[in-house]
Amino acid sequence: MLLRRVIPCLDVSDGRVVKGVRFVDLSDEGDPPELAARYAAEGADEICFLDIGAAPEGRGTMLSIVERTAREVFVPITVGGGVRTPAEMMAVLRAGADKVAVNSAAVADPTLLSRCARRFGRQCVVISIDARQDPARPGSWEVVVMGGRRPTGRDAIAWAQEAVALGAGEILLTSIDRDGTQGGFDLALLRAVGAAVDVPVIASGGAGTPADMVAALAEGGADAVLAASIFHRGIHSIRSVKAAIAAAGLPVRTLEDDR
Amino acid sequence: MRPDAPVRVAIADYGAGNLVSIRNALVRLGAEVRVATEADGLRDADLIVVPGVGASAPAMARLRRRGLAEAIPEALRTGAWYLGVCLGMQLLFDRSEEDGARMLGILSGEVRRLTGAPRLPHIGWNQLEAVRPDPVLAGLPDHAPAYFVHSYAPIPEDPAVIVTRTVHGDPFTSLVASGRIVGCQFHPERSGADGLRILGNVLGLVAADRGR
Repeated sequence: MLLRRVIPCLDVSDGRVVKGVRFVDLSDEGDPPELAARYAAEGADEICFLDIGAAPEGRGTMLSIVERTAREVFVPITVGGGVRTPAEMMAVLRAGADKVAVNSAAVADPTLLSRCARRFGRQCVVISIDARQDPARPGSWEVVVMGGRRPTGRDAIAWAQEAVALGAGEILLTSIDRDGTQGGFDLALLRAVGAAVDVPVIASGGAGTPADMVAALAEGGADAVLAASIFHRGIHSIRSVKAAIAAAGLPVRTLEDDR
Repeated sequence: MRPDAPVRVAIADYGAGNLVSIRNALVRLGAEVRVATEADGLRDADLIVVPGVGASAPAMARLRRRGLAEAIPEALRTGAWYLGVCLGMQLLFDRSEEDGARMLGILSGEVRRLTGAPRLPHIGWNQLEAVRPDPVLAGLPDHAPAYFVHSYAPIPEDPAVIVTRTVHGDPFTSLVASGRIVGCQFHPERSGADGLRILGNVLGLVAADRGR
């Protein structure tokens, strides 16, 4: 049986892990490979790096972070942020990433998804969707890009379906309304996207407690939950989140020490 | 060859993706690892590792172009071991339903799309359910978690080669072992401590065989 995944997300800028509340007010949280190794040892099922640095020279820094992490960490690594071409995706995969998440660049040119899927296989192409509830239309969400700053007028559900049809093998779905609030995931958004596609959905944005993570999996139907601040600040551990998931009767990977 | 000398591993590089993680994992486990882009690179290797993701037909075309499609079976005839990971496991079989590719045919059987699966690709951690004991699984609990990323899996003609099955929709073959051949549909190099143990077990089997 497929096990639910718990994924710590490390937002990286200028070689350091940072985490903003609603993508602003950055504060320094640590060395990315060091944090990744710590999370893997605590039972993280996957590590996600999001490159949120705007500077083009940051690309090389990100690649060296991935390389260093892949030497120490033996769980899957997903990298997102700033990939605009198949060649750039190749560089990230060569550095040791298993999957690459694309966001704004795929909205600007959806053929990026099909070109990358054809070249590397859909299993390593993740579509990262930032969605915001549409106040005028309850039960629908708009895709936003550029770190949540720019609305696109696209419907999030329709974009999820299009992205999967083009070649995305997984969806990293972030509620911009909830991101950084620690107020719980947008369960209606998760359910709506999960019902519309047949690829795995990773819930992101709003994790505050282990119970929120359980709700995203049990009620939202997500395959995986992703969180940043609650792990970085030590508010909850990977282990306590997984214990809560197991206690709710959902299958989850336990560490050797905990068996 | 001293029995405690590092196992010499050649990773077949035919341009099908991520060699970094499998190389890092084998280095971590003390193997002497090189990357082989052509037949010559397999010389004297105790273990040939064939990684890979993606489709079978382009993978086979690249293996042929680089002379590896002939050199790998030849190396196996002279005592080398084979460890196939994901696509590298599927390539062991005769043909793939995915694109009709004719493959290495070292094991009999066909690669088919997973059936009954709720979501595809099958991405994430799932459990290895042992159907028979095998030294490759030494030290692992039953239902050990392993990381998968695929939509296809082989259906071996000879059920005796099957070591574990995994359930995603209908059960499929997730680990095969036969003589000096091991194939993992999952990624041991991405399966945490349990995955490293499987790789360590394979290296141990290779080292013991070489000492004979």
